[in-house]
Amino acid sequence: MTNLKGKNLISITDYTKDEYIQILDLAKEFEANPKQPLLGDKVVASIFFEPSTRTRLSFESAANMLEARVIGFSNPAATSLQKGESLHDTIQMVSSYSDIIVMRHPRDGAARYAAEVASVPVINAGDGANQHPTQCMLDLYSIRKTQGTLDNLNITMVGDLKYGRTVHSLVQAMCNFKATFHFVSPKELEMPESVKRHVQDAGLKYKEYTNLEDVIPFSDIIYMTRIQKERFSDPMEYEKVKDCYVLDAATLKGCKDNMRVLHPLPRVNEIAMDVDKTPYAYYFQQAQNGVYVRQALMAAILGVKQLKN
Amino acid sequence: MDNKKELIVSAIENGTVIDHIPADAVYRVASILELSLHDDEVIIGTNLMSKKLGKKGIIKIKNKYFKQNEIDKIAVAAPFATLIEIRDSQKVVKRSVEIPDVLHAIVKCINPNCITNVEDVPTKFTVIEKNPLKIHCHYCEKTQEPMLH
Repeated sequence: MTNLKGKNLISITDYTKDEYIQILDLAKEFEANPKQPLLGDKVVASIFFEPSTRTRLSFESAANMLEARVIGFSNPAATSLQKGESLHDTIQMVSSYSDIIVMRHPRDGAARYAAEVASVPVINAGDGANQHPTQCMLDLYSIRKTQGTLDNLNITMVGDLKYGRTVHSLVQAMCNFKATFHFVSPKELEMPESVKRHVQDAGLKYKEYTNLEDVIPFSDIIYMTRIQKERFSDPMEYEKVKDCYVLDAATLKGCKDNMRVLHPLPRVNEIAMDVDKTPYAYYFQQAQNGVYVRQALMAAILGVKQLKN
Repeated sequence: MDNKKELIVSAIENGTVIDHIPADAVYRVASILELSLHDDEVIIGTNLMSKKLGKKGIIKIKNKYFKQNEIDKIAVAAPFATLIEIRDSQKVVKRSVEIPDVLHAIVKCINPNCITNVEDVPTKFTVIEKNPLKIHCHYCEKTQEPMLH
């Protein structure tokens, strides 16, 4: 039995491969039976220092389904932070009011720091451009659910591979499962060298492409990402690349039957609406899976469920 | 030549001599050790000939002995430096500095969005490679070359 009671989740590297798998197994139990009164005596602090729709609602939905009480804020403008309170003091105060903290913050490393200050466990719901480990775990859950396995898959990632933290974390995590990676991006948004080195160090292979059609026939997963306007200092540069990959139903012709399209959402125009009706679209179920994974994490970290080896 | 060398080292009765500083790092070492605030005698020499470094720098600080955290700072700026502690005109300890495996509050993170550059959080880095020095921020997880405070 692995016991995650009291353990923080800040970075995808904080948990072992076995721990991920056990969390995914537990999430499967919650998918089958999502409403359980397991956290009736617990208070979950959901503190979002920057806007979020899916992640916050998914965490709060997960907590509510387990009958936890949820406190927190989604708009720091309405808190003492406006009065100049430090993150240190906010976290100390919040940890005295709650059993677990779910936190999003615009600064890289804020969650790690919060975990050092807090007297209760902290789950990172995104710290700047750094980590978003629960997104990564729900991606793993979605991949395993659609493919029946996490091992030996052809994982294709498309779009903004330079700045997208979700793809960086997913590569790190999938390196545990002997994946072959296919990176499709414009030259300006290529996967960073550090991530490619991580793949090489794991003894795995990757290939880079600029043409999306080239990867359709052999991909098991196509992980689309949004090209984020806010990352470009030069608007001309953004205009040049913003529409470079649009996945539509016609492009998917010739794909493998088991292939599924994932996307961390929100999408803009990189996946055409006509893909939604194909059997390959999985992004909305992927977002739904986030609830079960977050239930599993909160239940394990709060010690009401133990993981099975 | 040997006599001159001896003279440089023994010129202070009590204090520390930092030798074998790369010539271009002398003022940086003086700055990170905040020697401008030291009340007693400080002698800074630079562009001195050195077999090991070509040109080297040397700093003598009267009535000052450094703590481990300060020695770690010297190691980051001048990895081949030698520290000589002098008490009553005698060389008491001579040792090379060594870059530690973890740097606590020695260097700044190069990532402007790192929490350590926004809140009052002491930096912490794991050393990945010592030569050339490559470090990993404990908070923002960026691997980088060091930037001294």
